[in-house]
Order: sequence, then C-alpha cells, then structure tokens
Amino acid sequence: MIQTLFGSAPPKPGLFERLQQAVEKTRAGLVDRIEDLVQGKKEIDAELLDELETTLISADVGVRTATEVLEAVREQVDRRELNDAAGLKACIRERLLEILKGAERPVGAVSDEPEVILVVGVNGTGKTTTIGKLAHHLQDGGKKVLLCAADTFRAAAIEQLEIWGGRTAADVIKQRPGADPSAVVFDALQAARARQADYVIVDTAGRLHTKSNLMSELEKMRRTAGRVIPGAPHEVLLVLDATTGQNGLEQARQFTSSAGVTGIVLAKLDGTAKGGVVIAIARELGLPIRYVGVGEKIDDLIRFDPESFIESLFKTSDTGR
Amino acid sequence: MFETLTEKLQRVFKNLRGEGKLTEANLQEALREIRLALLEADVNFKVVKQLLEGIKEKSLGQEVLTAFSPTEQVVQIVRDELVRVLGKVESKLRFSNDPPSVFLITGLQGSGKTTSTGKLARWLSHNGHRPLVVSVDVYRPAARKQLSVIAQQIKLPIFEGAAGETTPLELALGARREATQTGRDVVLVDTAGRLHIDDALMKELEQLRGALHPTEMLYVADAMTGQDAVRSAEEFHKRLGITGVILTKMDGDARGGAALSIRHVTGQPLKFVGIGEKLDALEPFYPDRIASRILGMGDVLSLIEKVEQSIDQKQAIELQQRIVDNEFSLQDFRDQLRQLRKMGPLESVLSMLPQIGPLQALKGAQVDPKELARVEAIINSMTYRERLNHQIINGSRRRRIARGSGTTVQEVNQVLKQYAEMRRMFKSLSGGGMKRKLAALMR
Ligand SMILES: Nc1nc2c(ncn2[C@@H]2O[C@H](COP(=O)(O)OP(=O)(O)OP(=O)(O)O)[C@@H](O)[C@H]2O)c(=O)[nH]1
Ligand SMILES: Nc1nc2c(ncn2[C@@H]2O[C@H](COP(=O)(O)OP(=O)(O)OP(=O)(O)O)[C@@H](O)[C@H]2O)c(=O)[nH]1
Ligand SMILES: [Mg+2]
Ligand SMILES: [Mg+2]
Repeated sequence: MIQTLFGSAPPKPGLFERLQQAVEKTRAGLVDRIEDLVQGKKEIDAELLDELETTLISADVGVRTATEVLEAVREQVDRRELNDAAGLKACIRERLLEILKGAERPVGAVSDEPEVILVVGVNGTGKTTTIGKLAHHLQDGGKKVLLCAADTFRAAAIEQLEIWGGRTAADVIKQRPGADPSAVVFDALQAARARQADYVIVDTAGRLHTKSNLMSELEKMRRTAGRVIPGAPHEVLLVLDATTGQNGLEQARQFTSSAGVTGIVLAKLDGTAKGGVVIAIARELGLPIRYVGVGEKIDDLIRFDPESFIESLFKTSDTGR
Repeated sequence: MFETLTEKLQRVFKNLRGEGKLTEANLQEALREIRLALLEADVNFKVVKQLLEGIKEKSLGQEVLTAFSPTEQVVQIVRDELVRVLGKVESKLRFSNDPPSVFLITGLQGSGKTTSTGKLARWLSHNGHRPLVVSVDVYRPAARKQLSVIAQQIKLPIFEGAAGETTPLELALGARREATQTGRDVVLVDTAGRLHIDDALMKELEQLRGALHPTEMLYVADAMTGQDAVRSAEEFHKRLGITGVILTKMDGDARGGAALSIRHVTGQPLKFVGIGEKLDALEPFYPDRIASRILGMGDVLSLIEKVEQSIDQKQAIELQQRIVDNEFSLQDFRDQLRQLRKMGPLESVLSMLPQIGPLQALKGAQVDPKELARVEAIINSMTYRERLNHQIINGSRRRRIARGSGTTVQEVNQVLKQYAEMRRMFKSLSGGGMKRKLAALMR
C-alpha cells in the first residue's frame, strides 16, 4: 500500500523473509509433516514416534541424529513430562535448535590482514558461485576483496571465477591451467598484501574427500597461506550442496581433518532439498553453518543464523494454523 | 565405522542358526535393520517402504538351512530385490534412423552434465560414431567455454554457434544443421543446470525437446544425492520423459542409494556411471555392483575389472589358469604387485573393497608405495626356486632373504603370510561356483 502510494520499488526482502523463503520447502516438507502427524493425534504412541523419525530422515537429517532426537523425546514421554502431541513438536524444535546453537562459533580474530578464506568441497557443490556472492556480500560491508583462482584443474574454472571477478569488480589472481594451486595462493596473498585488500577468497578445485592425494594438496595450500600470512587461512568454508544425503557427514569429517574446515555454506537451498545433513554435521562435528545459498545470482547468499533457521522452520505451523 | 547390514543381521539372527523358519516375529527386527541400512545409504524412505514389503514377502517362511546362516539368506534376498528394482544392464543408446541423432543432457546444477557430455562423446567416438557437441548453457559463467576446453581435450568438434545464434534453441538447431553438413551422426546437447521447480527453465527444455526430437533424454544425477532425488528426477521425467540416467561421482564413497530412488520413480534405466573427473572415467551401469555398494558390500567386481583393464590380457589368462590349478606362486605375487602399482592411486582401488569379509583389513589401509617396493624387494631376494615353491623357505632361507633385501625376518614372515593368505583366498575362489563364492567373499 505504502509502496504504491510512493511509487517506490519493492524493497529487497529482509534477511529474515529471504531465509524464510529459502526454507519454505523445508518447512513445507518437515514441519507440515510433523504438523499433520500431530494434528491427527492427541496421544503419543510408538507409531507416532516412528513416523516422526521417518519425517526427520526424509529431510536428510540422518538415522543417527533422528534417533538421538527422538530418544530424548521418548525419555520425556516416559517420565510423563510430555503427554500431548503438541508438546512433542516444541520439544523437537528445542532439541534441533540446541544442536545448531551448540555448534555456533565466532569467526576467529584476525591479527594480520588480509583475512584469508579458503573455500573447499566436493565437485559441483557451488564453491565458485558462492565465492562470487560472498565477495559481493563482503564488499557491501565496505571491504576490499581479492579472488584467487586456485582451481587450476577443471576446464574453464579460471574463466568462471574471472567472470565473477568482473561482476564484483574484484581483482582475480591467476596462473595458467595446470599450475600448482599453492603457487597461485602464494601469489594471491602477496598481491593482497601489496594492494591492501581486506579479504582474499581462494577458489579450490572440487575434489572427493576420498582422494588422499587431492586432500593433501589442500593441506599444502593451507601451509603456503600460513607462511605468507601468519594465522591464514582464517576461515575455511566447506560448501555443501543442499541435495546431499548422508555422504555430507563424511565430506565434512574428511575436509575438516585435511583442510581444517571452520564453517559450512549450504548451497542450493532454493530447491526442494532440505539440507538436513547439516544438523547431523553440527551434532557430530560441531561445525557451524555460516551462509546459505539460495540461487545463482550475485545476492543469493544469506547469513545463516540457527535461531531464525529453526524459527522459520516452525513459524507457519505456530501462527498459520 | 558403521556396523554393516550383515553384521547387524548376524546379531539379530544369532539365536536362529540352522533351525526353523523365518517368521514374522524373528524377521521384524531384521527388517528394521534393513530399513536403517537402506536409509543410511540414502534410498528414499518411500522406496524403502516398498522394498521392505517385497523383502518380507520373500523372506517369510524361508527354511533356515544349516549350510547357510539366515543372515546370508536374507542378505541375498535383499540384494536380489535391489538388483531387480535397479533393472538390467542397459547401456545401449537409441539412435535415429535419420541421422543426426540428438541427445539432450539435462539435470540439476553441478550434477556433472558438461563433464558427462564430454565423456559420452568420447565413448561414442570410440564406438564407431562421429559425435558433435554443443553447449546451450547461456547462463552459467564460462559454461560454454568449459565444454570447448573439454572438446579440445578429447579432440572432437564442438559447435560454437554462428553469428546471431544466441539462444539455446538457435544454438541447438545450428549444431544439428552443422552435423548434417559435416556428416556427424550424433549431436550431444549440454544444457544448463536447473531446478526442477524452475518453471521457466523447465519450459525451455520442453521447447528444445519439441524442436529437436531427441532420441535420448539423459538425466545426469549426482550419486551423493539424498532423499530429494525422487522429487527432482520425478519432475524431470514428468515434464521431459527421460530415457536414461547417468549417475556421476561414483568414485567417492557415497553409497548411491539415489540410484534406487531415481530408477524407482522414473522406471528408466541407469545407463552409465561416472567414476572420475577425467574424460575416460565413464562405465556402463551394473545393477549388481550398485546393489552391493548400497548395502556396503563393496564393489569387488569393479575392482576385478579395474585389475583386468590394467594387466595385459594374455598374462591375465595365464594367471587365471595358474590360480585355478592352485599354482599361484610368489613370482605371480610379485607380478601382481607390479600390476598394482600400475593401477594408479591405490586408495581408489582399495575404496572399492567391501567393508567386511576377508578383504576388509585392506580397506582404508594406508598403502604406501614404499611398502609395495619393500615387499617387491623381499621377493626379489628370493631364488627362482623359492618363488615357485614357498614351502621350501625355511628359517635360514628367511634370514638370508631378509639380509638380501635389507629387511628383517619378521618382515619376510609377514610377506609370506600375506602371500599364503592370498593363495588361500584364490583357492577358495577357483574350482566352480565362482560366482557364489565371490558373492560370499563380498560379505
Ligand atoms: N539454484 C542454485 N544453484 C546454485 C547455487 N550455488 C551454485 N549454484 C549452481 O551450481 C552449479 C555449480 O556451481 P559452481 O559454483 O560451479 O560449483 P563448484 O563447487 O565451484 O564446482 P567445481 O569447481 O566444478 O567443483 C552452477 O550451475 C551454479 O550456478 C545456489 O545456491 N542455488
Ligand atoms: N569425481 C568426479 N567428479 C565429477 C564426475 N563428473 C563430474 N565431476 C565434476 O563435478 C563438477 C561439476 O561437473 P560439471 O560437468 O561442470 O557439472 P554440470 O552439471 O555441467 O554443472 P552446471 O552446468 O553448472 O549445472 C566438476 O568439478 C566435474 O569435474 C565424476 O564422475 N566424478
Ligand atoms: Mg568451481
Ligand atoms: Mg555444465
């Protein structure tokens, strides 16, 4: 109404709305199912608990995490602290939130500028695209960003990052295809220092966590970064595809052990996949989720916040009915 | 790390060895374990439900034979059921009677379409075809460039678009025209990644399909996909009528339950499997292998095939004969080690081993090339006679071998033990019933 009166363009939806849009499908899937289950029943019985387990599993939360969440609930039912189906839902929300909050970690302090962000992950998850979006996001905060094209392996990976460099007007440091990725990292960090960049974001080639030679290549890149700038890389982001199932846990485990992952980016949450495996990752590895990717455009990246993630997960079911 | 299905079932059935029938009661817990195993492997929960019904029906009333444990029987039933759902080996592609045939390569973002387009083009050209590739991904940065680089790597022509050809449809039609003019018989059209819920982009594919009448509408899916695999595949199938699936990134350790889900909702065959980033890393799809893998039983057959590929055929046949005759000598063992080194990164070979059974110890073993070299040095220090007949290697010979190879007697003993183990394994494999024994070995 006000917008029509003043003829202004519709404002960018706020962070909360966008996150809510992003998890709409998750909500539609997960919460509606929980809601459906809950509505038809007043009593808590074994069948209901079983169905709730399936619901969590269908969101890719994983058998173990689902079982653990449900076990906690079952105990409360046994102690008669919980006796209606509605209380059950609140209890599940509490527990999921607890897991995500338990994994929250502040970004480490940076003593020596520039801050180096290493972006890693298996093939095709969205690393390069996330880097483009992240550069834009950091620039919005007034920071100078430099990109490092350390994927020297995949066909046209360098060109892809250069296009993102063009879109964000960020310098891209590169070498030729097939060059040693660590050498590119070295160049980039030197350049970043000289040009007084605030951030260097390093794009790495996608690699399966089972390939030990490629994983040690990451370790080498880390070491190189640390030699040029003490304390670097300051942040190591693992980009996870929201469609990933239980393999995501092993990805997180292996990349953490080789590359020292400090946070997760959950890309492609604009699809119908739920990305529930991040809950399992938070539970088992204590890794925080930093950002969420919700599209292929430059501003399709949102900061992740456990509170609003779980909140919006349950929002409609609380107020909408 | 995780208990395997076989181990779980062994626990479930521990009181049921060689007596009675499988009943509703004693099956209940087993079915629960099967369900969890399938879910852990990312098979969609609805698909799991249906599978369980079939498995239950086939298991009920089965006599528990003395020779086989109920575990083995049930695992076999589960495996057979998975193989049945996964369908037959069908890596055949359909071609038009009026060339060029058009193949559309579709799928979600980042699933491996562009890479698979290159792999398939290479595969076709190795099988007597003359493919032309074209990228109609006008959206993702450097997407078309990516396919040109790939085309260059496999030395096959790509259609880059004539002046004024800028839309996906124009590019695809241009490529078909070019193929006709230059006598190429297949046009592989690499499309942009898209979400199944992106109506505008799904319409674009419908339009391409309408104009090009592709003989293959291939859906490229990532083996690591979780529960959502059914939704995306179902939607692509509903709108486009896919004719086959390429399952990529199977070189990792994903169980690949998505294969079952996709096959189940589309009814279309899985035709190829991507097993690496390189352009020769494409294999036909073998249902029994994927079934074993989904159940965590390893991929022994792929392993054997990989071994076969890297050893020379004549030698292989000779070796096979010697194994059958129980004449596998230390000499052969050494040859094997050399072959093993030729096979490339050992991790990828070892990751195909089952997680249980006699080969389990090897899995995840840090096989260091130096270690192989050491074993080889030990065998090199043996005499020809010793290599042909390990039984003559007594204590003093062992000391001599250790000295000669700069190792210790313990290390020599170790190698002899490994060899004996391998020999025993081969012996149990040969002599009839090979397949069943191989299957048993996989558990
Ligand atoms: N819908 C959607 N698509 C995305 C998102 N993030 C990335 N993509 C798309 O996913 C595909 C793969 O993205 P890339 O950024 O190239 O992935 P990558 O991890 O760098 O891939 P490799 O370097 O080949 O391992 C591209 O088509 C992207 O446009 C997202 O948040 N939503
Ligand atoms: N390990 C492994 N990597 C693969 C396989 N197939 C493709 N890839 C890698 O997966 C990533 C994405 O592959 P692409 O071929 O670019 O995927 P795409 O579907 O064309 O991606 P978009 O066009 O962005 O949607 C690249 O890093 C490939 O090298 C495979 O079978 N195994
Ligand atoms: Mg990339
Ligand atoms: Mg592509």
